[in-house]
Amino acid sequence: MNTLLVAKDVKAYYSSPKGFVRAVDGVTLDINPGDVVGVAGESGCGKSTLSNVLMMNVQPPLKFVGGKLILEGVGDLAVMERQKVKAQVWGKVIALVPQSALNALIPTRKVGAFIKDVLGYHLKLDARKASALAQRRFQELGLPVETLAKYPHQLSGGMRQRVVIAIATLLNPKLLIADEPTSALDVSTQKQVLKMFLHLKTEHIVRAIVFITHDIAILRQIATRIAIMYAGKVMEVGPMEAVIQRPVHPYTCSLIRSVLTPEPEVKERGLSHLAGDPPDLLQPPAGCRFHPRCPQSMAICTQEAPPVVGLGKDHFVSCYLVLEGCQC
Amino acid sequence: MLRVVNLTKVYTTGFLRRRTVLAVDGINFAVQEGEIISLVGESGSGKTTTAQMILRFLPPTSGKVEFEGKDIWAFKTKKELKSYWRQVHGIFQDPYAAFNPMYKADRILYQVFNLMDSHISISDRRRLVREALEAMKLRPEEVMGRYPHQLSGGQRQRMMIARCYILKPKLIVADEPLSMVDASVRAGILKLFLELRDRYKTAVIFITHDLGLAYYMSQRILVMHRGKVVEEATPEEILSAPQHPYTRRLIEDIPLIVRKWVDI
Repeated sequence: MNTLLVAKDVKAYYSSPKGFVRAVDGVTLDINPGDVVGVAGESGCGKSTLSNVLMMNVQPPLKFVGGKLILEGVGDLAVMERQKVKAQVWGKVIALVPQSALNALIPTRKVGAFIKDVLGYHLKLDARKASALAQRRFQELGLPVETLAKYPHQLSGGMRQRVVIAIATLLNPKLLIADEPTSALDVSTQKQVLKMFLHLKTEHIVRAIVFITHDIAILRQIATRIAIMYAGKVMEVGPMEAVIQRPVHPYTCSLIRSVLTPEPEVKERGLSHLAGDPPDLLQPPAGCRFHPRCPQSMAICTQEAPPVVGLGKDHFVSCYLVLEGCQC
Repeated sequence: MLRVVNLTKVYTTGFLRRRTVLAVDGINFAVQEGEIISLVGESGSGKTTTAQMILRFLPPTSGKVEFEGKDIWAFKTKKELKSYWRQVHGIFQDPYAAFNPMYKADRILYQVFNLMDSHISISDRRRLVREALEAMKLRPEEVMGRYPHQLSGGQRQRMMIARCYILKPKLIVADEPLSMVDASVRAGILKLFLELRDRYKTAVIFITHDLGLAYYMSQRILVMHRGKVVEEATPEEILSAPQHPYTRRLIEDIPLIVRKWVDI
């Protein structure tokens, strides 16, 4: 099978009066059909920016600085005109559920009418066909069809989020990118939304999902691969099981060990924490970007950025400790 | 030390057609010196309303909160009230809202001296603030003289806890103290609560939706659902043998890191 989307050394910076904010700085990521790729990182690590960059939704002050974004069957998005990407890719091949998508619906428009607008714009469908399509899709996804006749304020938060996801995937995009889709929901609603994401994949409505979140425990439940981002760079990427069982990068270790879940194992081994705060991306530290907070930092880490090293199948780490592994 | 007796809060809404919402429905519990407990529940369960009543921000509809045997709504003088707020201190979810963006961030630390009775000289105040910041693992030169928007969520929340370090309250009511803080600094903040407990026997009530936090930090967990405390037990008991159906569902639905869900 061909890789769906290949991001190669992608760089996107925000220009500000003080210089460039290097929010995404050399990210390489392969997304294969069947994958649920989790992107995890803390606030300000560039993960939300990455969600927009992956679909080439780049507008000032954000600037695409370099790299390739090769989409299967379409070509390099980075060199395509924005208008063309918008017309041919968005919604049809790659769909985005942005942060706070809960508020994406128009308050004065019923859900069904909103869907008719969307389908009318993209497919030039008339109202009757659009409503038939919407009904069929809602049934497939187990959403109550009555929802179509309701206004957004009549729906609960979880239902609104599911409706937005259903609308984002109406045109059967190959790739769905979701940015923190469950962070505003309580745990039981969250689980329903997560189930819906997996359902989209098993029903072959979408072929792959990129799920961006700060909560690794969620990714543990649904992701097949995980990429750990820090300060605009991917520190470690690999199969979910391998990364969770044997993390190599010290940042991955500390992130996994900072997860507070009600489990005896977690209480027993204790929580880990890092001193200091994430770096200012206007002037990221030289060498490895994690070195000022790294408990195992060495002299070389302060001077030269570590190379990306492959460890077995699809597991890559950017750290000098790759042979020794982290000590935690 | 603190006793909550039949505490009830009814909110009335509407002007012509009055509707009432029973936010907190006759809850009872007590906190001992040096004890850490958690009130766990989803949004709308009444946990924040309970916190506000304990902090004396909201009057209860019925029932009472007793601190060291005295009803906190029976205080007559300002002095009594000030002394209560010195001994029972709140830390809130959004450390940004606690700061006035027009003033420098360290003002929030100097303000605590207003709650104190004895006069403290300016140089002593400076020294105390500096000590508190250092105890919070903050570098004073990084946060003093800065405006709130120049600080990270973790730094702001640490400054809020630094207030507790200066005041040394007997009880801290912490309402979702971690929800705006990054994962890598969470454990550091939790450690600060444990240090205060170990050093000054400070009791803490965590108000949270996060059963993980409650399980990790507290000696006792109270599960709230629709204004009622539906279950009260030690963390281990809650996890291994949850009694109430709501607690059971909550435990089933929390994403874990060691174990994977079987039903997804």
